[in-house]
Amino acid sequence: MADKVLMKGNEAIAEAAILAGCRHYFGYPITPQTEIAAYMAKRMPKIGGVFLQAESEISAINMVYGVAGAGFRVMTSSSSPGVSLKQEGISYIAGADLPALIVNVQRGGPGLGGIQPSQSDYFQATKGGGHGDYRLIVLAPSSVQEMADMTAKAFELAEKYRMPAMLLADGTMGQMMEPVELPEPSESKVEKPWAVTGTKKERKHNIINSLYLNPEELERTNFERYERYKTIEENEVLYESYKMEDAEYCVVAFGIAARVSKNAVNAARARGLKVGMIRPITLWPFPKDVLAKAAEQVKGFLSVELSMGQMIEDLRLATACRRPVHLCNRAGGMIPSPEEVLDALNKLKGECEA
Amino acid sequence: MTTQILIAGFGGQGVLFAGKFLAYGGLLSGKQVSWLPSYGPEMRGGTANCSIIISDEPVGSPIVANPDVLMVMNLPSLDKYENATVPGGKIFIDSTLIARKVERTDVDAFYIPATKMAQDAGYPTLANMVLMGKMMKETGLGADCLEAALKKVVSAKRAELLEVNLKALKSGYDYEG
Repeated sequence: MADKVLMKGNEAIAEAAILAGCRHYFGYPITPQTEIAAYMAKRMPKIGGVFLQAESEISAINMVYGVAGAGFRVMTSSSSPGVSLKQEGISYIAGADLPALIVNVQRGGPGLGGIQPSQSDYFQATKGGGHGDYRLIVLAPSSVQEMADMTAKAFELAEKYRMPAMLLADGTMGQMMEPVELPEPSESKVEKPWAVTGTKKERKHNIINSLYLNPEELERTNFERYERYKTIEENEVLYESYKMEDAEYCVVAFGIAARVSKNAVNAARARGLKVGMIRPITLWPFPKDVLAKAAEQVKGFLSVELSMGQMIEDLRLATACRRPVHLCNRAGGMIPSPEEVLDALNKLKGECEA
Repeated sequence: MTTQILIAGFGGQGVLFAGKFLAYGGLLSGKQVSWLPSYGPEMRGGTANCSIIISDEPVGSPIVANPDVLMVMNLPSLDKYENATVPGGKIFIDSTLIARKVERTDVDAFYIPATKMAQDAGYPTLANMVLMGKMMKETGLGADCLEAALKKVVSAKRAELLEVNLKALKSGYDYEG
């Protein structure tokens, strides 16, 4: 086993991307994700890769669009306001059916907001974000190890399904250091007959495009894309189930909120309250089935979020509102404490038993 | 067992570096660790701090709100975190920079003139490591792999810094005050 090293989440993403064969990074600095760009700036020139600080987030995402069209593993990263700027390009990449990785190390919003951690881009990440009907595969790591592992996973899934994938982290996950065992080097195993690589006069030229003026044709691309999305929802759901075996109440949280909630689950159990947690790792596809099943077992759910309550909507849909669903949240860069989560669990219990 | 540590001071005093060193000490002794810095506007001229957790179990929340061990290098940090420290906790104070004493009676306070010791010994920027040495002595945290941990945080290109860091750590470790 390789030695574990202490790395910041942001650095782990950058190194894992390089290990996954990504040799093209385009970005623009913004706290709290700048370490990704800084790491790439240092490493890429040494390994024959491209690091380019674009003049804006909009240019950066369009450079990603171009390199993705040529069939190479490519990524950009930013934080919330910067990711908003990228949305037009992300929609184009989705419309052109291209694989790419977009990293969002979220900070408080709306607007320029602040620089402290947040999860308030959940809607933007999971419901499309830009214009048109499309999805992103959204992975939400909850440790520095997962930051590294999910980066490689995101590239694989993006290529497998020819669509953009997003790593949705937050300021805490980006800034914290934990021991990490870096993944083995990997590379793309997917054939890319669609890539624009020069025809050598041996084949018809490929076209990368998201413009279809014929509505029948555009409709067909939409239906085809949603067939693919259905396959993803059936096959690619990831979640962690924690102490759910005998749970009477279920916390649902991802990323840093799940870390805090784990403390609360253990504190609740120490006080005799049987609590478990389901942690979505893929936010899209959302772990609907496991939550629907949990609704048959538990008396109530608690959604713990660093937002005004966004994932809670998917939780209510997944459980068809069959059990009470409460929200424990902080916003604007604040993080709920384990005690706040515990208080919310006690309130939930009170209501369920009333 | 889980130990939650908070290190706080002014930006530039090496608070984050000391924390990273300690986290490596934990990692090399086979523990689970996390290190979380403050990265807000307070870093620009105000206080900087970092949360370190060293545990036998996987670390849940990396945020330390109530430290078992507090190490402070300026007065605002002592004012801010003294009352947050858990009863029975240990507080390590750079007494060159902080004139007042701890008001709590349910914690162990250690006063080390770390800045003065570092200046007198000719390594004025290493007060953080002097204080850290005393903390490792009194808590046992990472003390058995101090040198190995240091090698992880001091880059091989600056090997000459290893020795002086080690000296600073040892002077704190041996300090009886």
